[in-house]
Amino acid sequence: MAEHTSTANAWPANPADLIPQGRKRLGWGLLAAATLGLLAIIVVQILYKTEMSTIGFDTWRPVIYAYILWGAALGAWQVLTRGEDGQRALFLLPALLFTIAMVIFPTLFGFYIALTDWNLSSFAGRRFNGLDNFWQMLADPYYRNALFNMVLYVLAVLVEYVIAFGLALLLNAQIKARKFFRVVFLLPLMLSPVAVSWMVGKSLMEYRFGPAATLARHLGWDNPAFFSDPITARISIMMLDAWTFIPFMMIMLLAGLQAMSREVLEAARVDGATAWQTFWQVTFPLMLPVSVTAVILRIIFKLKLADIIITLTSGGPGGATDSVSSFIYREYRDRSNVGYGTMLAMAYLVIIVVFVTWLLKFASRFVRNVN
Amino acid sequence: MSVQTTDYTVSEIRSPAAFITSRVFIYGALVFWAFVCLFPIYWTITTSFKSAVDVTQGHLIPFVDFTPDWKGWRSLGLSPDSIFQTSTVRDEFFKRFMNSVITSVGASALAIIIGSLAAYGLVRYRYKFAWFRNEDISFFFLSQLILPPVVLALPFLVLYREVALLDTRIGLVLLYTLMVLPIVIWIMRDQFNSIPVELEEAALVDGLSIWGAFFRIVMPIALPGMVAAFILAMVLCWNEYFFAALLTSTDAKTIPVMVASQTGSQGINWWSMAALATAAIAPLAIIGIALERYLIMGMTAGSVK
Repeated sequence: MAEHTSTANAWPANPADLIPQGRKRLGWGLLAAATLGLLAIIVVQILYKTEMSTIGFDTWRPVIYAYILWGAALGAWQVLTRGEDGQRALFLLPALLFTIAMVIFPTLFGFYIALTDWNLSSFAGRRFNGLDNFWQMLADPYYRNALFNMVLYVLAVLVEYVIAFGLALLLNAQIKARKFFRVVFLLPLMLSPVAVSWMVGKSLMEYRFGPAATLARHLGWDNPAFFSDPITARISIMMLDAWTFIPFMMIMLLAGLQAMSREVLEAARVDGATAWQTFWQVTFPLMLPVSVTAVILRIIFKLKLADIIITLTSGGPGGATDSVSSFIYREYRDRSNVGYGTMLAMAYLVIIVVFVTWLLKFASRFVRNVN
Repeated sequence: MSVQTTDYTVSEIRSPAAFITSRVFIYGALVFWAFVCLFPIYWTITTSFKSAVDVTQGHLIPFVDFTPDWKGWRSLGLSPDSIFQTSTVRDEFFKRFMNSVITSVGASALAIIIGSLAAYGLVRYRYKFAWFRNEDISFFFLSQLILPPVVLALPFLVLYREVALLDTRIGLVLLYTLMVLPIVIWIMRDQFNSIPVELEEAALVDGLSIWGAFFRIVMPIALPGMVAAFILAMVLCWNEYFFAALLTSTDAKTIPVMVASQTGSQGINWWSMAALATAAIAPLAIIGIALERYLIMGMTAGSVK
């Protein structure tokens, strides 16, 4: 681990050669001992689990403890051998070790599971089957359907954005009780999506007695079933999700509006621009960077959409409302198909990494071209 | 977010009639959206006081349409007449409630601790970790935000069984920490950036160590940001359902999982469902109203310069 730190500022440097040799040797000894200990536990555990030896632990948990101890030794090694630079590295180490352990290892393991035929309900156990899951995935119409739904759900963000922008403009106008309205508008974001999908989706929008259905009947919709035909069901899911997440974009846009300089608006008014012109030619272009940030963050959250669908429709009718996450959830929950489900999840990961990277590039170019 | 009352909105409106029209429109829209936000909450709370008939007939206004009754709360063991009796449902509810409190507070606290330290290091010092520099490390942390839960869920299901963390609160805490860590780092980076570096230089000259300067000088200044990050993390963890549904079964089940599993064999008891939903959303609604300032601070961190 070659790690070099230096201060960004001209603080007194602390040359490593001021540290006595004995202290350095202690640091290296500590690190070596911890590394050996960690490796030893792993080897003992592997031998035990593969039934090549009888000494070992029932679970792999001691390996976690060993990893934590190893992390502590790594920190001590940094401080002992590199003095103040080591103390600076100590700020970063906990988060780094934590994230690496929690992300890198499970993701790599996930890629391995994705290449196995592994159904928890069958007795056969795990069996390596190469790319079989991948070919099965390509031929799976339900997965394609779920991906297509994700496209629709992501597009719905644009509508949410328009509403959120409108609300932000309202809150930024000269109004009384601004704080009251802001708190009220923020409330949906605080509510648990599961509780919301029960009390709003299943109760308020209930076909027979729900007030929303009653209202829809009064407005002339004879058959207000919100979740029975594919298109209405999708729109209902989008509306529920929008209801909880619009405040998120609204708050970011409101902050952008309040940070805008008054002089520019003043100048536009002096030049005789109407409110409509001022908005399109001044406010909107100035708000573009904030808008792009808000929309991208919202899209990232949207790509994780699952809770509402799992509790409300279970993907129905006929998979019409399925998001990728809810589809994989059921693949596991109902069919215990760990291998195939993981392949779907990994493919989804690759797709969204490519998509978000493209989105970020596109967005930065877009903002630069307009301004 | 100060309330700015410059007069440009008024002066750009020419005639009184147009002024009144715009006022009516603005307040009409505000009241309409406030209704959209509040009605579902109102519906949830009132339903917990309804009996079966009142639910199926869609009665709306208490005392006018229907007589409120503690029915929903009695089924949870939380109504005035049942609160002192033993109730298995109430014990179950408190167990789930405490699970939710422990996992969300624990995960938020852990994320704040390691996230703040990392954010501070990334803002103040230059690191070189093999060929990774500060920007790469920041990107590594923030890129975790796009990782969908479904990617980690199945590997963790298997790994947690191997390390005996399945259906434990500590297992959930670790996952939730991972989930909110990018957001915490994002907010805290913004916070530490706004603190002038001269303060720490002065502290170092006065003889404090690097960590001493961090704890005694920087932390107190960055405290509001930490509160903001903590509350935002709390909201996300409290409402989390996906991991909790997959990785817990009996011991560590949280409130959202309990809410989701309320379908009985004889249909849904709407009154008890509503009482449970009210209890599930009440803590965050109260926090949201009381600490709205911090919540907004957290959400707008880094988006507006």
